[in-house]
Formats: sequence, C-alpha cells, structure tokens
Amino acid sequence: MRAVLRWLRRHLVVLAGLATLAYLLLPNLVVLVFSFNKPNGRFNYEWQRFATDAWTDPCGVADLCGSLGLSLQIAVWSTVGATVLGTMIAFALARYRFRARPAVNTLIFLPMAMPEVVMAASLATLFLNMGIRFGFWTILIAHVMFCLSFVVTAVKARVMSMDPRLEQAAQDLYASPAQTFLRVTLPIAAPGIAAGALLSFALSFDDFIITNFNAGSTVTFPMFVWGSAQRGTPVQINVIGTAMFLIAVLCVLGAQLLSGRRKRS
Amino acid sequence: MTTTAEAPPPAAPEDAPKARGRATRKRLVPYWLLLPGILWLVVFFAAPLVYQASTSVQTGSLEEGFKLTWHFATYWDALGEYWPQFLRSVGYAATATALCLVLGYPLAYLIAFKAGRWRNVVMILVVAPFFTSFLIRTLAWKTILADGGPVVGVLNSLHVLDVTSWLGLTEGQRLLATPLAVVCGLTYNFLPFMVLPLYTSLERIDPRLHEAAGDLYARPVTTFRRVTFPLSMPGVVAGTLLTFIPAAGDYINAELLGSTDQKMIGNVIQSQFLRVLDYPTAAALSFILMAAILAMVTIYIRKSGTEGLV
Repeated sequence: MRAVLRWLRRHLVVLAGLATLAYLLLPNLVVLVFSFNKPNGRFNYEWQRFATDAWTDPCGVADLCGSLGLSLQIAVWSTVGATVLGTMIAFALARYRFRARPAVNTLIFLPMAMPEVVMAASLATLFLNMGIRFGFWTILIAHVMFCLSFVVTAVKARVMSMDPRLEQAAQDLYASPAQTFLRVTLPIAAPGIAAGALLSFALSFDDFIITNFNAGSTVTFPMFVWGSAQRGTPVQINVIGTAMFLIAVLCVLGAQLLSGRRKRS
Repeated sequence: MTTTAEAPPPAAPEDAPKARGRATRKRLVPYWLLLPGILWLVVFFAAPLVYQASTSVQTGSLEEGFKLTWHFATYWDALGEYWPQFLRSVGYAATATALCLVLGYPLAYLIAFKAGRWRNVVMILVVAPFFTSFLIRTLAWKTILADGGPVVGVLNSLHVLDVTSWLGLTEGQRLLATPLAVVCGLTYNFLPFMVLPLYTSLERIDPRLHEAAGDLYARPVTTFRRVTFPLSMPGVVAGTLLTFIPAAGDYINAELLGSTDQKMIGNVIQSQFLRVLDYPTAAALSFILMAAILAMVTIYIRKSGTEGLV
C-alpha cells in the first residue's frame, strides 16, 4: 500500500497530464463510437446497435455533402487570401522600421483579442447597412479578415528568428534581390507560412460564430451541424467528424516523418 | 510620411539622383507590402466597429429604418435587462479559465519535461482536435453527460451530484442543462488554447535549473513554486487570456449544453441580432462586452506585471 502511494506520488504529474489528455480526447472517442450506431429516432445521442450504414453512405443526408464542399471551398480561398496578405504584412513588420509600426501591430493584435460575437455582429451590421447580399462573398470576406492576424503572427515569428547574414551572404555571392528572396528568404520563411496557412484553413473550416452572422441563408458545414442539433443529428455527421480527426492526425504524422527524415539525411 | 528603413545593406557608390530615387522607393516598400492587408482590416474590422458604435445609439425599427438619434438610453436599458447574463458570462468564463489552468498545466508539463520520445505524439493528440469540427465534439458531450449515462451514474452513486446540487452547480440528478455542463463544455473547448502557450513557455526553461534547485535541497513542490511556475508566467498570462476572452463571448456551449437558465451574453447578442432584429440593442450589448473584456484584460496584464511579454 505504501509502495503504491509512493509510486502515485512520484508519477502524479504524468497521471494528471494523461487524465487531461483523456478529457481532451474523450469526445473524439464518443464521435467515433457513435458513427457506428443505428439510432432509433432522429437524434443520435443514445447507443442502440452496431451498424456501418453511415460509413458506406456518408453523403446519404440531404445537403450534408453540399455544405461540406462549400466549407472546403471557402476554407481554401480564405486561406489563399489570408496567407498572401498576411505574409506581406509579416515581412513588412519583421524587416522594416517605419513610423506606423505600433499602430499596425495593434491593428493586427486586436482581432485576436476580440470576442468573435463582437466582430461578427459589427461586420454583419456594416453589410446590412450597405445593402450587400449575404452569402459566399460575405463569408469569404469575414474569414480572410479573422484569419489574417494568425498568419501574420506565425510568419512574423519565423522571419524575426531568421539570421540576416544568410541574405547578406547570398548578396555577397552576387545573387540579385529577386534571387535572394526566392532562393534564400522564402524557403526559410516557408515553415512559418505553412503553419499560418494550415491554421487559417482549420479556423475558416471550423468557424461557426462569425459565419452564422454573415452567411444569410447559405449553409456551411458547421452551420449544418448546428441546425442538425435542433432538427436531429444524422449519424453521417459522426462519420465526417471521425474522418476529419483521422485525416488531421495522419497529415501531422506524415509531416513529422518527412521532416524527421530530412533532418537525418 | 517619413520613414527610416532598417539598416539596408550598404549600397554600391552610384550616381546621386539615381541612388536617392532608389532610397525613396525602398522607403515605400513596407507601405506597399502593408497596403492590401491593412486596408482589408480597416474596411472589414475597424470600420464595422465604428459603424457598430453609431448603430448602438440609433433608434427605429426594421420597417421604418434606423436613425441616428444619440439614444444612449439603449445602453442603460440593455444593462438593466441583461446584467444577469453579463455576470454569468464572466463567472462561467473565469471558472472555465481556472479549470483550464489546473487541468492544462500538468499536460503542458508532461509534454515539456516527461514525454521524451512520445512528445510529438502527445502534441499531435492535443492539436488534432483543432482540425476536427468543434461543434461535433461539443455535441458529443450531450451523449457523455446524458441523463442515465455512465458519468451521471458514477457521480450519483458517489453522491457527488448531491453536493453540486446543494452548491447550485447542478439540478437534481442530472448534469445536462446545468451550469456545470456549460462550464465543462467551455473548459473542454478552450483547453488547447491554454496548453499550447503553457507548453511554449515551459519548454524554454532550462532543465538544469531543476537540477540546481534539487542540489540546493529544494523539495519538488518548492522547486515548482519557486522556479518552474514563476518562469512559466508568460505562458500562464497568455493562456488565461486566450481562454477567457473567447469563453466570455461564446454562446455555443450555453446553447448546446445549457438550458434557458444558463444563457450567456453571447446568446443574447445572437438572438437580438438574428432573431429579434433589434440591431441597436445587439450593438450596445456587444460594445459593453468588448469594453468589459478590454478593461479586465488591461487590469490583469498590469497586475501580472508581464506587459512586455504578451
């Protein structure tokens, strides 16, 4: 008994950490398990019996795959927009001293420190009063707006930690500014840009609050899930949730393996 | 506007006017880089906030249109009617933030110091939920906390629910549609935002400092209290802000896991804007929320004395 207690005390931090990890992953497990459920009514909250129906027919629910496609489309375009605009800002902030710098820094920081509801309502008020029709474009504009700051932060961190002597060396070797940028600067900044792009894709794809205010009658995937919480959740939602989790884990694992191999060689 | 470029590489001797033209162009480079992105933020982030301010002092209706009448009473009416939701938002968000810190610290510590070669795996498991729909995961809590489910069963047989009901955290023999469920959802949803900054600041700590503390006969608890925790303060401040701010404005957890008695201010703004179509009240409420959060964040940063770190 004393030995058990001593062992517990020694590994307390590890056990607590693992417990938190379990808390974090428990819903994912539930989503996985309930993707194999065959519910009795419209709601998929209680376990009935095992079935693979939803996995063999993931698009079997009206509008589900359509909303998924729309969300992917919006996520891709807002990632492109936010990454291009954000990378430019990050380079300006990391590389140049200019008078407006503090103001720009504040403007970049504020969207990240603002409750989403506030941003969502104010942007929607503007659209309403300008008589702009809600839909694909208003969602895209909103998503680029809130993803921008995250891209800037990710890229800026990378560019700031870069050794300026590398670029000087390139110029000493008679590289033109364009060559220096393309062959030296951009490859070094690439992981930061990739991180920013990945983050903005995830944020855009998953955003509900800002989209809900600025979408009108257009239905993205999170809005479909939200609506289904009231009307009755199809099992297919769990299938897609599980698939997304697996794809995310595989992507990150793959990237890890790739970078690990590159480091070794 | 005059600007100074950051130490450009020494230019080769050239004709003076040509060099000056190039210098001017170089000085404008950051502004050209900034222009499109900053314009986007000004038009679609800053301008809407200003517009929102003017909406909050307008009166009228959807049919007749809204007119700017400097009707500041909207603010008082909104506060008078919805102060319970404001208080509840702050209370829930603060509780969830505290829980995130208590739960997230061991996990961040585990990744930073104890995980060894499992570090990447644990890290992936913390980040992966970010990339899967959080609405689906929040709905999963409905199953976990369901009446008659295993969690309720265990807590009931341990008489935990009797105690929490007595404290007003739950009602009767159930968890769903109680404050505890909403706080549990909030804690869950924003936990990664706490773990990641904590991990970043813990990872920077030199493990030799722990050894040094041990050599000086500090017990593990003392080492943590006097060395590890103070050094991780930037992570604690960043993490608590990253969880508190979105949690205070959230309306998804209260809507999915709570009942009408657990409505937060986000729910009120959402329904005023999208259902009641009372735009001035929605605008006033979001302004009060913004101001309250800004004030609390400023005080917090001052108190924690890490202004330079966040």
